[in-house]
Amino acid sequence: MSKETNFIFNQTPQVLQKKKYCRFKKHGIRYIDHKDAEFLLKFVNEQGKILPRRITGTSLKYQRKISVAIKRARHLALLPFLADGLK
Amino acid sequence: MNTNQYETVIILTPVLSEQQMKDAVAGYRELITGNGGKLVHEENWGLTKLAYPIQKKGTGFYHLFEFTANPEFIKSFELAFRRDERVLRYLTVKLDRWGVDFNQRKRNGELRTVTPQGEKVVVKKKIEIEETEL
Repeated sequence: MSKETNFIFNQTPQVLQKKKYCRFKKHGIRYIDHKDAEFLLKFVNEQGKILPRRITGTSLKYQRKISVAIKRARHLALLPFLADGLK
Repeated sequence: MNTNQYETVIILTPVLSEQQMKDAVAGYRELITGNGGKLVHEENWGLTKLAYPIQKKGTGFYHLFEFTANPEFIKSFELAFRRDERVLRYLTVKLDRWGVDFNQRKRNGELRTVTPQGEKVVVKKKIEIEETEL
C-alpha cells in the first residue's frame, strides 16, 4: 500500500473497522427462496434495484443466486421492477 | 423414469369467486396427479397484493404447488397455464437438493434465517386485504 492510499484510509477509519462478510457463507444458507420477498428486500435499494456485492459483502456465488431469486420474485409480483421509496 | 421435484407458483385473477378459484386449483391438482406426478406440498396464500399491476389487476390469488414429476410433464403443465385466462402469472422452478431440503425445513417450522444483526426473519406471513382492487 502506498503512502497516499494509507492516508485516505486513515481519514475514514470506520470503513476499516467493519469487515464485510458473506452472510450466506457465515450462516450456512444454501438455498435462497424467491418467495420470501421480505428477505430479498435486504438486497435491493429504495428503487428496487439489486445492490452490488461491494455494498452487501455477499460472495459471488450467492450474489448470482440472489440476483436470480430477485428476478423470479419480480416476475411473481412479489417485488416491484421499479419503485419509489421501497424502504 | 427420472423424476424431478418442482415448485410452481400461479397467480389467478381476483375476478374469480372463492369457489371458482378453488375449482381452478383443483383442476391443476388433478392435472398433476393424473399425469403421474406426486403432490408433495400445497399452499394457498389467498388474495395477495401484487407489487405492480398485472393486466390492470392490483391483487391476485397465489397458489403454490410442490410436486415430483417427469420433465416432459412440465411442458404440458405450463401450456395449460398459457391457455388459461384465469392465470395471470406462473413460475415453475426445478428444485435442487438444497431447495428440497429448504422447503422441507420450512414446512416443519425449523427454519430460522438469522441476519447479521441477530434478528430472526419470520417465514412469509399471509397479507390480508379487506377490499378487492379490481
